[in-house]
Amino acid sequence: MRVACPFCGDRDRREFTVQGDDTSLRRPGRDAGPLAWHDYVHLRDNPAGRLHEIWHHDPCGAWVVVERDTVTHAVHGVTLAREAAR
Amino acid sequence: MRYSGLRLIREGLRGNAGWTRAWRDPVPRPDYDAIVIGGGGHGLSTAYYLARNHGITNVAVLEKGYLGGGNVGRNTTIVRANYFLPGNSEFYSHSLKLWEGLEAELNYNVMHSQRGLINLFHSDGQRDAFVRRGNAMAAQGDDAILLDREGVREHLPYLDFDNARFPIHGGLLHPRGGTARHDAVAWGYARGADRRGVDLIQNCEVTGIDVEGSRVVGVQTTRGPIRAPKVGIVVAGRSSQVAAMAGMRLPIESHILQAFVTEGLKPVIHHVISFGMGHFYISQSDKGGLVFGGDLDFYASYAARGNLPMVEHVMEAGMTLMPMIGRARVLRSWGGIMDMSPDGSPIIDRTHIDGLFLNCGWNYGGFKAVPASGWCMAHLMATGQPHAVAARFRLDRFATGRGIMDEEGTGAQHSLH
Repeated sequence: MRVACPFCGDRDRREFTVQGDDTSLRRPGRDAGPLAWHDYVHLRDNPAGRLHEIWHHDPCGAWVVVERDTVTHAVHGVTLAREAAR
Repeated sequence: MRYSGLRLIREGLRGNAGWTRAWRDPVPRPDYDAIVIGGGGHGLSTAYYLARNHGITNVAVLEKGYLGGGNVGRNTTIVRANYFLPGNSEFYSHSLKLWEGLEAELNYNVMHSQRGLINLFHSDGQRDAFVRRGNAMAAQGDDAILLDREGVREHLPYLDFDNARFPIHGGLLHPRGGTARHDAVAWGYARGADRRGVDLIQNCEVTGIDVEGSRVVGVQTTRGPIRAPKVGIVVAGRSSQVAAMAGMRLPIESHILQAFVTEGLKPVIHHVISFGMGHFYISQSDKGGLVFGGDLDFYASYAARGNLPMVEHVMEAGMTLMPMIGRARVLRSWGGIMDMSPDGSPIIDRTHIDGLFLNCGWNYGGFKAVPASGWCMAHLMATGQPHAVAARFRLDRFATGRGIMDEEGTGAQHSLH
């Protein structure tokens, strides 16, 4: 797999650390109840198909959201996590 | 047909013309007493023990592909009971005892070989952890022997003991650990279940789970609707998709774990060797191939194949540990789809829907669990109560925080296992 870092261009999968799906962009608020936190920390859609996930480009430090197909490993898009979080 | 040495000789002399099919190919009936979704190792053993232990024989196993075509045919066949935490320890101990009687039980040669498993350690701290683990195994009633460096050398003289990064200080020997023929386990349970009246229905994909009120009443399949008051989901590798049919979101991520086999060689590796620090483990199959694997690729995947960086990592770890295998040629590599749970331990439990039961989250350890998983899942489906040795495999432990079983001690979060 190759992933296009918005700053560095197409880079090898080895330069990245995968954090899992992009749940972490939707952190519950301070007053959220335990079930919301359970949902956030543990539960996942875990689709067989297109998935948005958080990758870290280790050399440049960019956090990116990668849209990737979990059945074919094809990468369909990369955006900066801070833009995706807006 | 009962298999025996005598039968083998007789059929051999008669041109092998007398063998019959190992199981029927039934047409699904409109209703059953229980449905098991998933015709892999765990699903087939569940059906077998429903019939054997609980007398529930009006059972259908629904398999979308062919029997044993998933992870039970895609693992590295290791059988062991070297767990540390209460909850896991008694479960895998029970499973190993079932393995030890499995061939006589099933009248099927699963080629269970207790050749001994050695986990290597490389530092004083790691040794202390292994002493503790060995004591936990002994306290459970299983076997563990601590080997020093020379003790390991007696068993495994061919390792590189003086590697600069990971010099071998010793190992924990689990003599009853070993391997089995993975496909044969699925086939043995399939044949055993079929002989007791269970319908094994292949090419029958479940497309929906029917719920009336708060009770499950059956499933929709590609071969029509089938009704049953009890349904067990036993589809590790596809758990999230099938559970979603019942409106559930699971604490599961699916990851890829790769494995490799070389060309057949003369007997050279007589144990199962686990090199945890290098994420590498290896054994030799009865056919002679070196069977080995490493760690997850660490991204979600249903592809059943991995990427080259982990291939490279595994090969490097193998060369680090035993340079002698460097000339062996790799024949095949493949990937299994791992149901990864946040704490690395499985789930065998009821769900919020009456009559619907869930068996999933086997992480990298599903194969050795096949007998006990079926035993306990059958008990749960038949009685409605968890079996004593699987009582801690609760689905709600993540929501409540009670009973988390984080065997690795890395933290009960998805990205940490």
